[in-house]
Amino acid sequence: MSGGLTDAGVAELARRLRAREVSAQELAQAFGQRIEAQAALGAFLARDEALTLEQARAADARLAAGDAAPLLGVPIAHKDIFVTRGWPTTAGSKMLQGYQSPFDATVVQRLAEAGCVTLGKLNCDEFAMGSANENSAYGPVRNPWDRGRVPGGSSGGTAAAVAARLLPAATGTDTGGSIRQPASFCGVTGIKPTYGVCSRYGMVAFASSLDQAGVMARSAEDCALLLSAMSGFDARDATSAQRPPQDYAQAMRTARQGAAAGKPLQGLRIGLPQEFFPAALAADVGGAVRAALAELQKLGATLVDVSLPRTELSIPVYYIIAPAEASSNLSRFDGVKFGFRAAEYADLLDMYKKTRAQGFGAEVKRRIMIGTYVLSHGYYDAYYLQAQKLRRMIADDFQACFERCDLIAGPVAPSVAWALGQQRDPLQDYLADIFTLPASLAGLPGMSVPAGFAASAGSGGLPVGLQLIGNYFQEGALLHAAHALQQATDWHLKEPPGSLRSPPPEGVSAAWERPGAAEEPTL
Amino acid sequence: MALTPQDVGRIAHLARLELSAAEEAAMLQQIGGFFGIVERMSAVDTGGVEPLYTPLSAVQAVALRLRDDVVTEGDERAANQRSAPLVEDGLFLVPKVIE
Amino acid sequence: MSALLIRGYEVVIGLETHAQLSTASKIFSGAATAFGAEPNTQACAVDLALPGTLPVMNRGAVERAIRFGLAVGATIAPLSIFARKNYFYPDLPKGYQISQYEIPVVQGGRVDFLLGEQKKSVRLTRAHLEEDAGKSLHEDYHGQSGIDLNRAGTPLLEIVSEPDMRGSAEAVAYARALHTLVVWLAICDGNMQEGSFRCDANVSVRKPGAPLGTRREIKNLNSFRFLQQAIDFEIQWQIDRLEDGLAIEQATVLFNPDTGETRAMRSKEDAQDYRYFPDPDLPPLVIAPDWVARVQGDMPELPAVMAARLQRDDALPADDAAMMTQSLPFARFYEATRDACGQPKLAANWLMGEVSKRLNAAGLSIEAAPVSPAQLAALIARVVDGTVSNNGARQVFEALWSGDGSEVDALIEAKGLKQMNDSGALAAIVAEVIAANAKSVDEYRAGKDKAFNALVGQVMKASRGKANPAQASELLKKALG
Repeated sequence: MSGGLTDAGVAELARRLRAREVSAQELAQAFGQRIEAQAALGAFLARDEALTLEQARAADARLAAGDAAPLLGVPIAHKDIFVTRGWPTTAGSKMLQGYQSPFDATVVQRLAEAGCVTLGKLNCDEFAMGSANENSAYGPVRNPWDRGRVPGGSSGGTAAAVAARLLPAATGTDTGGSIRQPASFCGVTGIKPTYGVCSRYGMVAFASSLDQAGVMARSAEDCALLLSAMSGFDARDATSAQRPPQDYAQAMRTARQGAAAGKPLQGLRIGLPQEFFPAALAADVGGAVRAALAELQKLGATLVDVSLPRTELSIPVYYIIAPAEASSNLSRFDGVKFGFRAAEYADLLDMYKKTRAQGFGAEVKRRIMIGTYVLSHGYYDAYYLQAQKLRRMIADDFQACFERCDLIAGPVAPSVAWALGQQRDPLQDYLADIFTLPASLAGLPGMSVPAGFAASAGSGGLPVGLQLIGNYFQEGALLHAAHALQQATDWHLKEPPGSLRSPPPEGVSAAWERPGAAEEPTL
Repeated sequence: MALTPQDVGRIAHLARLELSAAEEAAMLQQIGGFFGIVERMSAVDTGGVEPLYTPLSAVQAVALRLRDDVVTEGDERAANQRSAPLVEDGLFLVPKVIE
Repeated sequence: MSALLIRGYEVVIGLETHAQLSTASKIFSGAATAFGAEPNTQACAVDLALPGTLPVMNRGAVERAIRFGLAVGATIAPLSIFARKNYFYPDLPKGYQISQYEIPVVQGGRVDFLLGEQKKSVRLTRAHLEEDAGKSLHEDYHGQSGIDLNRAGTPLLEIVSEPDMRGSAEAVAYARALHTLVVWLAICDGNMQEGSFRCDANVSVRKPGAPLGTRREIKNLNSFRFLQQAIDFEIQWQIDRLEDGLAIEQATVLFNPDTGETRAMRSKEDAQDYRYFPDPDLPPLVIAPDWVARVQGDMPELPAVMAARLQRDDALPADDAAMMTQSLPFARFYEATRDACGQPKLAANWLMGEVSKRLNAAGLSIEAAPVSPAQLAALIARVVDGTVSNNGARQVFEALWSGDGSEVDALIEAKGLKQMNDSGALAAIVAEVIAANAKSVDEYRAGKDKAFNALVGQVMKASRGKANPAQASELLKKALG
């Protein structure tokens, strides 16, 4: 099968499909074969060849009938946190093994209506809780750039699949960085829109006031195409923003006023929060980010120093609010109405406790415990209420920044992808979320844009992401800046260098065949 | 504030989680460590600050949207119970409920 | 407060009443609320808390809460918050109940009612919107319980009173007044058998002047009789304990109608910690003044207001006025009858007498009465103009009720109940009676009034009951000089 096909992005494939140079069925088969060949990446949790081809045939019929829907016939896949009628939905948890949803998530339904063909469901951390995809009950996902490393999380399957050319684009969700961080670790482009832009209906809930659907692809343009189709008001989600449908590809292409040729970002003020460039920032990461910022300057952007003084506080604030909401959202998993129930139990209470003890993984239990504790009698004000007040202060800090700049830029994560299978202290992972949490708490749109590769010996060749944060509903401006950068650079076009054929690096072989590495309580 | 083993037991019961001794010990240590960084948060003066329960209310008034009182859902019992652990006569079965 | 004491103790009662709101669809989903469907056929994905589902608030439920708030003179909160009440129970699909905690939609208010002759008033703390739970069916499924979630998500208005009641009779009178009100407002069907209106009673006792005693909460009382029995038993039980020098522990108890006793709930034994927090799926409920004004605009006249008007304008006694306003249809029936015959007191008498007697006997509500206000009014008119006697009127009513006829005058004719108003014919009969009863005539002239009554009786007899007694005695007097 021609690698050309699977190397092409969404826009290019859509063009070829409309030109009838290739059929949706051919594409589905081509990517299907590639997915099979790369099964060892662990990116997919569910596939259904017949169902996929049925969708492809329908897309071909619409194409033959002259239907010009922009995504008609384009193959994608969904993070397994979105419920789907056709494929089982597990949310990466034993609790939902084999669960069949009677309905499709709104995001899934809209992309299907736009003509996308679904290749299957993508691996993720259990209930989207994690930043390495090692909390999946169905085994880890490997980073295509170095199979001995994690792809990031929680949308690890999405990032790995896009990076490895198993599909041109896929959906993800971002609660505290779950799109931006894996996109950064795998060198792909990812966007998490403003809270409320994509419907949460049909997303297995983790933290309701933070969860937001988004997309990863290999370019800002491809992200824009999918985001336009999957976003928009949904009456089934009371927190869905009531706005007219947006054409993000159009917004992305719209030239800035007074922008000269070669200077598409003329007049764009990019704020650099000092807190995003601490001494502790890995030199690899800092270097790549500054290089990308220099490119943005060449394109006409000016860099402004700003401050987000509560950046560090966003860690405790997030890790109180998210577990609190999660502890309540996950109470429905009780072995009564759907999903897993323990095989043996003495009575009702015992059924609850054993079902939840056996059905949830270690990290999920940990967060349920934290969330239950901070909401429990006598602690609510000191923890949950205090965190929600700080959350407003953090959101206000952003508004103060946006007085002085149009976009905010910085690293996505303090480091590149780390080795798979180390028994990391969960607290260590929480601290590594420091740069993605502030925008999540404020509900602001954020992107990860490939910004080159680490140069140091230890992590040589691993991708680094540049984080761009916009004000509410400024997805168009984010995509415009990212697109301009990608027109001028080729970091986003780089393919994992033969890593798909290379054996795992020394020392991580132990981690090779360890599905569900996070099942036992880890330290 | 220090987390005690009693706290862990009480919370696990509230959350309906059966924890092994090893898990409880790990929880005590890990959650305890987490609350170490939480203390920094507690020190901040948030007097007069309104909590931000839903993000968009940071910049605009957010009001609950209401739906009209019309029946839109029919009987989907068969599909809805497809993944149920234990069903009989259309009822979900559970160990005897004592009121 | 009344000084009513029981065995030297003052009783303190507060009620929490759950009124199911009469919406077509559920509070957070588009599933139907109709009672009695096959198990789980009216529990949609949202009601079952299937992964990925989200709640969307029903405007009809909010509107009904506003109606209630206005009816009890409460404050309608311009902004109220939905919160999650977290606990595990098989009939609670999400593992939390969406309710209102810190800021309810209805704040304050009061309910006025009659306890016998006494005017009483109970203050309300609040009324908040929440979702109902499903049902656990305890018929044995091989040692297990069956869960039916059809009721899950049915909108409830929980009406919380202040501990203002001082006895079971007062508590029942308050509950009845509240029941009348929510049905009158058409926000609740009031069907207690189906659980549409249920009360939890918080009961404590204390020596007069002492601080409040520890209360025990009796759950889910779904009839006024059970409410009375449960409270009475609980009062005696608590006093017995205190008299034995034992302490009352706060508890949630159930009333067993078979034994008439209360017992602590096992499922509530471990102290609850509900971990309330604002539901992140539901932004604040905002109620604009113009919405409140619109609801105020189409509020019906309230029962208390109408009763006062009937006493004032129709000169009805308080009891009659209360009876006429027992329900909106009953009041409408009364007013239609009154307007058609112009006889308020007679209309009220017939409704409290014949009509209520037959309705109760047949277990019918006024809407189902086979006799219309127009027919009743026509009948009353014929009594007033002397065409038919009260006795005859009852026979006509019987015929109307049993459907033997529908036209009042025709029935009077057919049954020959028309009173004789032709003074010529009656005068002839009077003359015959005087001639045929010389003895009675003499006795009357000798001053014996009884003799006169005997003569009237003879006239009635001779006229086969058709004579108008008043007219008969009048003619007799004249004839006897």
